[in-house]
Amino acid sequence: MSVRDLLSPFSAWKNVLRDPVTIADPLNRDAAPRYRGFHQNDIAKCIGCGTCETICQNGAIDMLPVDSVATKIGDSGLRPRIDYGRCCWCALCVDICMTGSLTMSNEYKWVDPNPDNFRFTPGIDRKSWDSAELGYQRPEQHRLTETKRIAMQELEADERIDNFAEIVAGYTVAEAKLEADRCVSCGICVATCPTHMAIPEYIAAVRDGDYERGLKILYETNPFSQVCGRVCTRKCETSCASRHEGDAIAIRWLKRHITDQVPYERYREIVGDPLPPTGKKVAIIGAGPAGLTAAFDLARLGHQVTVFEAKGAGGGMTRYGIPEYRLPYEALDRDINLILSMGVEIHYNCRIGVDRTMDSLQQDHDAVVLAIGLQQGRQTRIPQSNHERVYRAVDLLHKITANEPFELPHCAVVIGGGNVAMDIARSLARMQKQQYGVVNITVTALEEQQHFMADADEIKEALEEGVLIRDRCGPQGCEVDTGGKLIGLKTWRVVSIFDEERRFAPKYDEQDEVVHACDTVIEAIGQFSDNSLLGELLTETLEWDRGRLKIDAAGRTSEPWLWSAGDCVKGPDVVSAVADGHRVAASIHQKLQEEDR
Amino acid sequence: MAYQPDRSQYPQRRPDGTLDIDLTSGKYLKLWQGPQHPGITGNMSVELTVCGDEVVAGKTHVGYLHRGFEKLMERRTFIQCFPIVCRICVPEPDFNEYCYAAAVEELAGITSPERANWIRTLILEMGRINSYMMYLGGQAGSLGQGVIGQWTTYARDLMLDRFEELTGARIYHMFILPGGVRDGLPEGFKQRMEETLKEIESILKDVYNVMYCNAVFKKRTVGIGYIDPQLLDSYGITGPTARAAGVAKDVRRDQPYLVYDQLDFEPITGKDSDIYTRADVRRRDLLMSVDLIRQILAKMPDSGELMAKLPNVLHWQIPRGETYIRGECSRGEYGYYLVTDGSGYPRRVNVRGPSYTHAVALLERLIVNINIADVAALMVSLHTYPPEIER
Repeated sequence: MSVRDLLSPFSAWKNVLRDPVTIADPLNRDAAPRYRGFHQNDIAKCIGCGTCETICQNGAIDMLPVDSVATKIGDSGLRPRIDYGRCCWCALCVDICMTGSLTMSNEYKWVDPNPDNFRFTPGIDRKSWDSAELGYQRPEQHRLTETKRIAMQELEADERIDNFAEIVAGYTVAEAKLEADRCVSCGICVATCPTHMAIPEYIAAVRDGDYERGLKILYETNPFSQVCGRVCTRKCETSCASRHEGDAIAIRWLKRHITDQVPYERYREIVGDPLPPTGKKVAIIGAGPAGLTAAFDLARLGHQVTVFEAKGAGGGMTRYGIPEYRLPYEALDRDINLILSMGVEIHYNCRIGVDRTMDSLQQDHDAVVLAIGLQQGRQTRIPQSNHERVYRAVDLLHKITANEPFELPHCAVVIGGGNVAMDIARSLARMQKQQYGVVNITVTALEEQQHFMADADEIKEALEEGVLIRDRCGPQGCEVDTGGKLIGLKTWRVVSIFDEERRFAPKYDEQDEVVHACDTVIEAIGQFSDNSLLGELLTETLEWDRGRLKIDAAGRTSEPWLWSAGDCVKGPDVVSAVADGHRVAASIHQKLQEEDR
Repeated sequence: MAYQPDRSQYPQRRPDGTLDIDLTSGKYLKLWQGPQHPGITGNMSVELTVCGDEVVAGKTHVGYLHRGFEKLMERRTFIQCFPIVCRICVPEPDFNEYCYAAAVEELAGITSPERANWIRTLILEMGRINSYMMYLGGQAGSLGQGVIGQWTTYARDLMLDRFEELTGARIYHMFILPGGVRDGLPEGFKQRMEETLKEIESILKDVYNVMYCNAVFKKRTVGIGYIDPQLLDSYGITGPTARAAGVAKDVRRDQPYLVYDQLDFEPITGKDSDIYTRADVRRRDLLMSVDLIRQILAKMPDSGELMAKLPNVLHWQIPRGETYIRGECSRGEYGYYLVTDGSGYPRRVNVRGPSYTHAVALLERLIVNINIADVAALMVSLHTYPPEIER
């Protein structure tokens, strides 16, 4: 204790002469630029994936339908409603947001006499801070989920060009786990998938390493899981929440990974036994994905199913259309054999209309399903296109699969820019490499290359394999020399494909003419269904819709005993055919049960 | 020389060891201090038995703030625990964030990037300044000096402004998450921080003149609340309370974490182990934090990663394991004990807040034989934040 201790405290009096530090109007103080204030949501950007709701530890976020947003592919139609009685402004919802639509303003004052108003849907309920520029937004480097897809091991062009070995190697267990870990389980893909596979659930099974559980989930909705794991058009991946700020989850490859990991001997036991026999009989015409899916479902429900297939093996277009390097026959056979093991009887090389009639099928069965697909190739009908060296792509693909002999072209031109065009071009390229050592295939199509119907991967791989692509070429006629030998395809440059009313009406620049020299022309411009098996009387009785059988939502035709499914009534891919197969099977089962009551 | 109580007034002990206090005799009185009391000890209370104006027994009562954080966390995923932990200590929440993040990182095998470690250290030191500022106001306030609280609240507010621009929030910063930190320093931050530090130093000078060089303050704090250095280990006393007893315990130096091994500092110690010495040690520690922040801002890298790569936080599972992570907060050793069982949720989280050891057992011992008027000053001098006691 000293004199200083007595006097020193009085130094506080110096503050008498100072200005006060109190802020005169604290209510109009702006918060810092990073301040985590009230939420904003860019409604157009938001897809309603609900990841914000999942991560919110307070349960402050509810995903609710709103009037101004419609549910569509890739958008659940729901938007987050935030309860400010629960929110703690931790901003994990902003950090995890898959589209970056959810942000925070730096506004922090909100006075309202009605407590219910503090539960609001940002972006829908208009607020004064909706357009605030400052506030917390997820920093560029700050991501709570991985954005990059795990790369798939594939054969290089020089390794694959002279053989039909499968290109895609499939994920290893470690790779699959990493890829599965990227999924946020929002489930938007489920609504997009035509057959509504339980995608988040089987991806969770990959994460957990429980492949048997994953396999059971797969075959609940898709008996062609090995096929779809390789060649599905994967609409799911186009609606994946991860694709908005990164790569979509490799859903197709993860599906394939599950089927690769479970030994095939275990499949039958995991999928389970059918129900006891009901005594009902169903006939299915066509052993493609639609027909066999219906057969699988109906057989599992205990009905006696007989499948009639005109060709020597099952699978339809998946066998006779898709080349082996994309879908090995063993994978297809495994799926088909699993379906047949459910007690499905199948008659190969049995053509309805020739070996059996529709009448006899109707008499012997309680229900008949027509699932004959699109087997006939469309023709361009350009001059000289009836030459014997002008083929339809589907016919040639069939010959390649069935090992039927044909004269391999030295130089071929393919007309068409879809996946079938790429399939035939790449198949012939491989055979040319094997037999002649050089690839000489040209693909011509009306569209610009970036607007081809074919998958981007297909085009890229075709180019790597030496296939030439000539886009914006309209075929005008085949050139035949005086000896009757096909020597080329004449094309004009395409100016436009559609007219003002978006109707198909290509316009050409006739001055820009090219003759593509070749000894073979292949048309790959689409397919149609051959309905001659129905017979004249039935064709007359049935109702038609622009050349296709008219069916209702459940796949019923105008005849009460006849259903139709797959490509012949609806398109255009394997997974849609599978979905269709399920639909008719459910409808038939319901009908057969009603008959019993 | 330690304070020698007057034993003549002290009640006899019964054979079972309890005090023989007969409330009907009129000699003793029960008096509740808290849970509402201006001594800023938070929501806890002490049940005092007084004889005249001297305390003969004190019993602490906690539970006014129990929210069950440790149990809540067992039902939340690892990332969902991150917004919860800061609430366990309001005035200095960052240690919860750091210790939890470090525990999760250790068990999950993640290393937070170097730049994130510097920012974490910066935040922890900023939090320490805030906490001490609050303490200074409380210590002076408990002895009737309201003006100190006004000054330190102003200084603390300046630091909250810096927190706001760095982390996006003033109190619960929620900035240090498992894997790193959310963002780097905003533009112009270093300069504004330097201005704030200068202001804080100037205010501390005033506080020193008015609070520490003050005959009244000295009269009421010197020699009061003496803690025998031999009690330190048996009572688990750490931090400034231990250093004021002459024991240079400081986790920052004893077991350096983050970037403390790259910083130049020595633990601040005192000799007399009374309320005054503890207050002085804290003031000097505060000045050391100011110095540490300057060192950090000068040495820290301006570019580099801020977050380690995390697995998808929605499915994050951490293998079996247990760990204890500790750090030196403004009140002593802060620790997180985390047990994981391979699932997506923590099996057990235990928070070791220094208030638990200081404010319950130690307070009950120290409170005996002091004047009623000194109880508040004694409680504050142990620097208690009750939410830590009842996590």
